[in-house]
Parts: sequence; C-alpha cells; structure tokens
Amino acid sequence: MSVVFAVAESMTLVGAVPAEQAASAGQMLLWVAVPYAALAIMLAGFCYRVVKWAWSPVPFRIPTTCGQQKSLPWIRAASVDNPSTARGALVRMGLEILLFRSLFRNSRAELHDKRYLFGESKLLWLGALAFHWSLLWILVRHLRFFIQPVPAFVSVIASLDGFFQVGTPELYITDVFVVCAGLYLLLRRWSDPLVRYVSQLADYFALLLLLCIAGSGILMRYYARVDLVAVKRLALGLATFHPIVPAGLSVVFLIHLVLVCILAVYLPFGKLMHMGGAFLSPTRNLANNSRIKRHINPWNYPVKTHTYAEWEEEFRDKIKAAGIPLNEAQSDGTTHTN
Amino acid sequence: MTEPLIQIESKPPTGNWRDPKVEFRKGVFCYSALPKNVTYLGMANPRSWQPTDSDWKLPSNWKEIILDGLKDRLKKFRSFRLFMDICVRCGACADKCHFYLGSGDPKNMPVMRAELLRSVYVRYFTARGRLFGAGRELTEEIIKEWFYYFYQCTECRRCSVYCPYGIDTAEITMIGRELLNLIGCNIHWILEPAANCFRTGNHLGIQPHAFKDSLEFAADELEDMTGIRVDLPINRKGAEILFVMPSADYFATPHYYTLLGYMSLFHEIGLDFTYSAYASEGGNFGLFTSHEMMKRLNAKIYDEARRLGVKWILGGECGHMWRVLHQYMDTMNGPADFLETPVSPITGTRFENARSTRMVHICEFTADLLHHNKLKLAPERNNNIVVTYHDSCNPSRAMGLLEEPRSILRQACSSFYEMPENTIREQTFCCGSGAGLGPDENLEMRLRGGFPRANAVKYVKEKYGVNMLACICAIDKASFPALMDYWVPGVQVAGVHELLGNALVMKGEKVRTKNLRGEPLPEVTHA
Repeated sequence: MSVVFAVAESMTLVGAVPAEQAASAGQMLLWVAVPYAALAIMLAGFCYRVVKWAWSPVPFRIPTTCGQQKSLPWIRAASVDNPSTARGALVRMGLEILLFRSLFRNSRAELHDKRYLFGESKLLWLGALAFHWSLLWILVRHLRFFIQPVPAFVSVIASLDGFFQVGTPELYITDVFVVCAGLYLLLRRWSDPLVRYVSQLADYFALLLLLCIAGSGILMRYYARVDLVAVKRLALGLATFHPIVPAGLSVVFLIHLVLVCILAVYLPFGKLMHMGGAFLSPTRNLANNSRIKRHINPWNYPVKTHTYAEWEEEFRDKIKAAGIPLNEAQSDGTTHTN
Repeated sequence: MTEPLIQIESKPPTGNWRDPKVEFRKGVFCYSALPKNVTYLGMANPRSWQPTDSDWKLPSNWKEIILDGLKDRLKKFRSFRLFMDICVRCGACADKCHFYLGSGDPKNMPVMRAELLRSVYVRYFTARGRLFGAGRELTEEIIKEWFYYFYQCTECRRCSVYCPYGIDTAEITMIGRELLNLIGCNIHWILEPAANCFRTGNHLGIQPHAFKDSLEFAADELEDMTGIRVDLPINRKGAEILFVMPSADYFATPHYYTLLGYMSLFHEIGLDFTYSAYASEGGNFGLFTSHEMMKRLNAKIYDEARRLGVKWILGGECGHMWRVLHQYMDTMNGPADFLETPVSPITGTRFENARSTRMVHICEFTADLLHHNKLKLAPERNNNIVVTYHDSCNPSRAMGLLEEPRSILRQACSSFYEMPENTIREQTFCCGSGAGLGPDENLEMRLRGGFPRANAVKYVKEKYGVNMLACICAIDKASFPALMDYWVPGVQVAGVHELLGNALVMKGEKVRTKNLRGEPLPEVTHA
C-alpha cells in the first residue's frame, strides 16, 4: 500500500489539481483529452473488430450439439443444448453469456492407479462468473458519476451492492468479489501447471490491469477518500461534452483514471475482445437445423467431380459383366454446379 | 494378463511451447501420401517424401502459399477468424482431449493445438504481431510441428463442448490441414481413400463387379443362417429409397455383420430400395483434407439419387459420414429439390427433421419402426451379450443422435449398461483413430488416444460384466477391436444393426442356431 502512496505522491507534481484555479492546457490534456482519446480508440477498435467478424461469412452451419437432436416426436429433444430453432439458440446464447453454461460442464481428469477419474470442477466457473458479474455490476454502479440525476436503477444496483451495510462507507460486496475472484484467476494461472504452460504475458497483463483498477477504486472509496463532488463534476463534464477540470482531484483518482484509459486502449487489440466475440461463435449461436432448412454458403463454388457418366465409362465392361444395369441416357457435363 | 507396454503418465508440462521442434518417432505419426494419389486428385506438390526426412521438399514459395492460404481462409470462415481472436486460454479444454490424456504431450491440449496456428496468425495478421513482433515467425520447423499435431487431432469436437466460446479445434485442425495440403503435406491413409473414392466411388477402391460380389457373399452367409434369400438391388432406377453406407460395411469385419443386419431388416419390412455401386461410400475422407475435397467426394450421393429417381436417401452407420451429411451436404451440393420429404413406407412417419436434406439416419428409421411395433424381436438371442454403447464423436457432437441407437439397443438386447456420465453422449471420448489417423504405423498414438475410452469400457466390464461395445461408426468398428484387445481384453465390438439383426425374427426363417457372426446362439429356456 505504501508503494501506491509513494507513487501517488510523486505524481502529484504532474497531474493532480492542487487548488481552485483555472485548468492549464496540460491539465486539460491529462484529464480530458486522454480519456476522450482512449474512449475513441476503444469504440473504434471494438466496432472495427466486431464488424470484421460480422462481415466474414458463415459458410456452414456447425453448432456443437450438446444434447439430443430433434428427430422423432416421441424422443425428447434438448431444446437448449441442442436447439433446433432460432429461439432455442437464443436461449442457449443467453445461458452462455449470462451464466457461462459451457464452463459449468467443466470436469477435471485425474489419473488414479492407471485410470482416469473425472471429478467435478466448478471453481473456474464460479470464479469467472463472480469476476465478470462483479465487473458489470461495478460498471453500472459507476453511471452515478456520469448521469445527473442518478437514474433509479443505478441507485438500486448500488444499494443492493451495499446490502450488508457493513462499515462506513458501506462495503460493496462486488468489491470483495472482484478482488477475490480476480486473485483466484491470477493464482490459478500461476499455480495450475497446465494453465501456467498455456498462459502468455497478455493473460497476466489483462488480469493485473483489472485488479489494479479495482484496487485503486477500493483505495479511493475506503481509505484515501476522494472529493466525490469534484470527480462527478469531471465525469459529468466529459459525459456532456462540456469538459471542465474541477479542483480537488486526487492522485489516486488520477491513477485509477489512467489505468482505465490503458484498459480502454488495450481492449480492442487483445483477448479481451472475447467480450464481443462470444456472441458471434458459430458453434453456439446457430440452431442445429441443417437437415431441416438449407443453409447457404455465399462463396460456394463449382468443383470437379467424378460424374456417373465418367464412372460408367471407366467401368462399363465390369458393370455389364456383373449384370448391374447401365444408365440408358448419358449424364451431362463434367462439373458439378448448383 | 501382461502389463500393457504403453505407460500412461500424468506429469506437469515442461519446456516452452514456442519451440516448434518435434520428434517423428515410430508409432506416433502417419506416413506421407503417395505422389500418384496427390496427382490423381489434382493436388499440390506430388513427390516422394516422409515426415522423418530432414528435407520435406516443399515448394520454394511455400511460405507465401501458406500465408496467402491463411489470409484467404480468414476471409471465408467467420469461425476461423473468431477462434483465432477470442481464446482467453482459460484452460477449460486442457484435459478434455483424449490425445492429451493419453500422451501427456502439452501441445495436445486443444488450446495449444490452436495456439500453434494462432501464434503465426498473430505475427502476420494482427497489429501486435506486425508492430511488436508478438506471435511466432513461420518457419519450416513450424510446418513440421503443424503436420505432427494437426494429424494428431481426430476432429472429435469434445473440447468445443467445454469451451466458453465454443472454440472448435476440429475447425482449426480442418483449416490447418487445408493449409498443409496446399504445399503437399498430407498423409497416405487419407489421400489413398480419397483418391479411391473419387475414382471407384468408395474409399476401399472396390469396383462395381466386386461391390456386387461382396453383397452376394453377404447374402449367401445370411441365407446360411436364416434360410432366407434377400434381394440385392443395385443401381436400380425407380426405387423409393437409395441406401448409402460406408464401404467398410461390405468389406471389413466387424462392420460386415452390421451389413447382415441391414439386409435382414430391409428384407423383413419389404423395403423398396436400391444400393448403388457408384454412390458406394457414405464416408468422406475429403472432410479430413479440405472443404473442397469434401464437396467433390460428397457430390455423388445427390447425383446418384437424382439419376435413379429415388424419393429419399437412407444412410448407414458411420460417424464422420454423418457430420458431412448433416452439417455440409445440403449446403455444398443441395438443394435436394428433386427428392421428397422422407416418409417411412412402413409406419408413415414423416421425417420432418430431414425435410430439406432428405436423408435419414438408419437409427432414426429403425427406432421409428420399433416404436410402432413393426418388428418382432427375440432379444434373448443376444443373451450372451452384455452391451454398452459408445457414442461416436460426430453423431453426438455434430448432430445429437443419442437416444435413437439406445432405444434400438434396449429392445434388441436384454443387458445394456451405460458407461460413466462424463464419457458418453456429448462428452463421449473418441476412439483415437478418427479423422484419418487409423494406419498401423500410428498404432501407439491410437492406443494412447483411445485410452480414456478404453478406461470407461473397463469400468463397465468390471462392474457389470460388459463384453460388447456397440457403436455406429465405421472407424470405431475398425479401431476398437485392437484398442479393446490391448486395454480391455474380452470386449468385442458390434454395430447397433448387427445386434438388431441377431434379435430380428424374420418371417419364414429357419430355426435360428447362429447369430450373424455364425456363432452359436445362447441356450434359451422356453417356458
């Protein structure tokens, strides 16, 4: 903690606004231009990536089916894990996005006395769910800085978060969750030999960055209290495109803001794009109805096939000798088109 | 019983995955394709070479070909582009691959298999690669690494079930193999069947007269056992139904007994159908080569149905065959507007689930017959059999055909037991020999890959006395006998329709003393 403060002290000279006075150009750059630029990069990059995915064709209908298909009327079909309708696929996606359905299936293979046992393994699912939901919750909670008056749902979200009414200011339970889950995910990367082998620098970076953002936020709420009025004036100014730099913005807040800007800029370039990509996965978001409804491949092209006529020509004598009927009328062409 | 020679170990991975070095050790890789097959199919770079050679005789511009091919496929497949981009390396897939569980090789973890390709994608197609050098430089060593690991994946899709984003390694392996094929890095056990299939109509290269001989031989055997002579309509125009099966069914054991099962069934219900010596293969080794080859080999099924003027198509027991028929055929070679929505001539059931593709799985067809009590069964004829059911990868994870075969087995056999839940249905384990990895030279890796499945069979063998592994896949039937002999001796392998055929009581049959294998029927005490 003392390290954070030390860094914060040294940064005071650079950015923090010491007293009520007109914002200098440097301060405008730091508090206004940087956030706007980060946001612009994030939005543009995010849209670019998603549009690029969305514009690439889905030539084949390839859902991974995780339950009984819809076939005969007396066999109960798994309408969500193996959806045959768009509605079923929608529910499947809902469960995937909101509850991490596939991760819930996770098991752990362990070798015992020359045989594999497959144990329950729900911790990753639980950790991931807690981490992501907390992040979302916290994000929504932050809207109170950007909208005036604070919308009712944001107040409700915040009061639910402080439901246990522990301490002053009351402890947000998502703060606990996000830190615990984030640390679990980080430790798991490091301690599980399989996950450590596959982990790359970017995987640690993303987790650490999110944890630092959460940490600086927690610091401001519970320890190094900030001038909330000043923060809100800045946020509202940014949100309404009438930016001002109020006095009383602290260094810890500056760190928080800069980390968020780094996250925003990084987001479109790395694996955090799974946020947008999860919605587009053809193994999950398509109905398993490829025998019911013809799926069109936009780049389907004619290919060279071995036609019946060519086949009969090559084996004519053998076909005749075996007494297999020959085709009376010859087939056409050598290419197969549709 | 002697200890198996192959030791399965679980040890933490060591080393850095960025190092592409692989060792082509005897028993764990497949031999290269022969130049004559590469040439026949009009594919790239026919030459004599082996993976153990230091010089793979790649075309001089191989790097350009691979990168152009990669670029092209990123544009054509959303799945590929997305799967390259969104993996977070959460590790949920790590211990789901049978090859990883059997070999302990960390690059067999699905996340790593994809990363082998992803790292090259990152270097050449993303900002962080081009500007900051992230990812890996494409080298000849990496091509060898790709070859080793993309021909060590059976495209079974088990990892995709657990992935929170549905990243499907089968898709990545398929594209990886397409790229390798562009520079002539392919294997004999795939390209020879593909070339055969293109020429003669089936993987085994059986010509029309031999096709007929083979069916006649089967009919003779069946007559021996049942006293009934079944018809053998071949290339018959005007039949109601075209029946397409994998060629192993009429040329390999134990597949052959399944054919006897089909024959008994079709005769008993008086089905108006025809075999085809041209569309004499349902399987499709194009799936293991490239999307284009898949389409080229698949085309004959609709073409033949059109030529013969049938109303719809019935397909036999085969795994990857059904992936192609279910998820690709209609898109690639349809529309099948010259056919009709399949209707069972016996029960009148309209197969609405196949109303566009117009091809029905034989298990769907037979389950429907049984549901309507159209078949008389004597399950006691299978009383010497304690059966368990192996869900083949593709019918379970690319279709969802789970209950139909089970409902047949439950009626045809008196003792049926499931393997543990984590190893069946959508979580089923591959036989370890799918996607063209079945050659003998690859036996050690096949036995390793098949270990998790064998493990589960061993469990039900010890618990319930299971002695028969039923399945609906031609590659399963080819690979399981060796796998069972090695890991679980005493368990035999059968198709679902073999067991149905054993139990099927046919009108006018003689007193049955033998099952379809010609083995004596179990003693039955009649009340």
